[in-house]
Amino acid sequence: MSLLEVKHVTQRFGGLTAVTDFNMALEEHQIIGLIGPNGAGKTTVFNLVSGFYKPTEGSISFEGRDMRPYPPHAITALGMARTFQNIRLWNDMSVLDNIRISQHHRLGYGVVDAILHTRKYKESERSIERTAREILEVMQLSDYAEECPKNLPYGLQRRVELARALSTKPKVLLLDEPAAGLNSVDVEGLIQLIRWIFDEFKISIWMIEHQMKVVMTLCEYLMVVNFGKTIAQGTPREIQNNPEVIEAYLGDGAV
Amino acid sequence: MKKYTLNIVFVLLCAGVVLASQYKLLDRYILTVLMLMGINIIFATSLNLVNGNMREFSCGHAGFACVGAYVGSVLSVLLFTANKYTGQPLLSPSLAPLLFPVIMLAAALVSAVFGLLVALPSFKTRDDYLAIITIAANFIIISIIENSEQIAEQIFGAKSFGTFINGSRGFSGMKRTVNAMNDVAHIPWMEIWVILGACFCVFVLYRLVTSTYGKGIDAVAQDEIAAEIMSVDTKRTKLIAFMVSSGLAGISGVLYAHIYGYVNASSFGILRSTEALVMVYLGGMGSLSGCIMAAIAFTVLVEALRPGLRFLNDNMHYLGMLPDGYEISEVWRWVIIPLILFLLMQFRPEGLLGNRELTHVFPKLKNWFTLR
Repeated sequence: MSLLEVKHVTQRFGGLTAVTDFNMALEEHQIIGLIGPNGAGKTTVFNLVSGFYKPTEGSISFEGRDMRPYPPHAITALGMARTFQNIRLWNDMSVLDNIRISQHHRLGYGVVDAILHTRKYKESERSIERTAREILEVMQLSDYAEECPKNLPYGLQRRVELARALSTKPKVLLLDEPAAGLNSVDVEGLIQLIRWIFDEFKISIWMIEHQMKVVMTLCEYLMVVNFGKTIAQGTPREIQNNPEVIEAYLGDGAV
Repeated sequence: MKKYTLNIVFVLLCAGVVLASQYKLLDRYILTVLMLMGINIIFATSLNLVNGNMREFSCGHAGFACVGAYVGSVLSVLLFTANKYTGQPLLSPSLAPLLFPVIMLAAALVSAVFGLLVALPSFKTRDDYLAIITIAANFIIISIIENSEQIAEQIFGAKSFGTFINGSRGFSGMKRTVNAMNDVAHIPWMEIWVILGACFCVFVLYRLVTSTYGKGIDAVAQDEIAAEIMSVDTKRTKLIAFMVSSGLAGISGVLYAHIYGYVNASSFGILRSTEALVMVYLGGMGSLSGCIMAAIAFTVLVEALRPGLRFLNDNMHYLGMLPDGYEISEVWRWVIIPLILFLLMQFRPEGLLGNRELTHVFPKLKNWFTLR
């Protein structure tokens, strides 16, 4: 049984079929990539897996559990975190608060505890603070703990978003175009960072990426979608030489 | 000791007001204004949780205060005073001072349930749609209470509970509860309850918004999708915020009703809701301390305009700037106050403090008080 399994998933929005019969399996401690031209339906796949859309057809299971009935926050609580293509941090609160709030599923106390400062509240807040500080430390963000994300350079914001996703203690990390908007030096750093996260946290990573350099260096396995259909899958080497993929990217008649 | 300075000053001020009232050192009118200030603090800070912290737009806050006012008043009249529904009080009137906080909490609970009822259908909507739903809820609550007498008379008969609350004629008798409290001990009870109520409200809100749990509300405000994806149960968070907000508004209603000893649904109309909005936007959305300052400033302003307009009127007549037949009446207050809001939106749309707290603006202030 794979950690994450997507079987025969089709997603229709009215008359538009965004994803057709999508299948994939992610094993424990594996990095795979999902590539394809703009509008191919990659982010829709992520939105399906993270629970934002419910698939029109097909099933999604995580650790053998059917994910369809769960709302997104519950799916995150079960161990699936994601980042966004256009960074979506909470810009008006500190980096530390960003990391703290994303541990909401581990709070274990309610409004009354928060108001009365019960022991449960104090213990929970302490442990959340500790986890947050640890994550910031390993992600080398401790210096920016009190800054608001909007005041940080773009590369650091990406890093904060990764830290925020990691603070949910995921088993699977979904990265939606982590290299978007980064310059070549930053991309190099990002590749190393993702590789390090992968080794350090022993998690599985599934990423959407446009920059071939990133997926080719990092991913063990690649899937290519176009117009919502999976047109190829295999190792990076196999994909590179696949005529259908080249056609999808460069257009008809290029081969 | 230094870090308790402001705490001590605050306690002394409150004690001063209570003592001044006890020994009749302060004018009754000034005391009423001070109590209104406390009530407005509750009323505004509770709305701030939804409109400020959560950045939703609730326009019917007075509706919840109205629910609280009626629930609290009916309970207090039934329990502690001789009334036309149960005849003798249900409990010994000497229990009134002891059980008044319980009544406030009960009223808060019922208001919170009403908040829940309004919040549930509003999930699918945000912004202007929620504004419309809450305005509608405000109107529904007022109309039901105003027409309760006729409805109840037709369905349940002339002696039913519905006729007891008097509908549009307003409900009274709470002065007798206050008198019952005074019989137990002759101290200024209402002043004390208002101070305790306002402190309770600010305490609850402060602890809520500073906890990681409550910061989920800000997360929802800033990016709801990100919040949901990062494990914040956004639906639940919104419900909780709405319920806490409407519950606390209910407390402000109970106090309001007991200060005047009379409550009428029409005084909790859309105008009263607008007052809450003015205070929240004046103070700065999401700023608890800003909201408290705005509530104080607003209450003072509304009252100061009475003599202020009179003064203006007299002097302009004296200087011959007004025709003899025309007097500047107090109605002009409701031109000047909205005008302030108008100017505020033009020149400082984020309010006095924006979404910052007083301690962010004056960091040194932190050394002078302790909040935990």
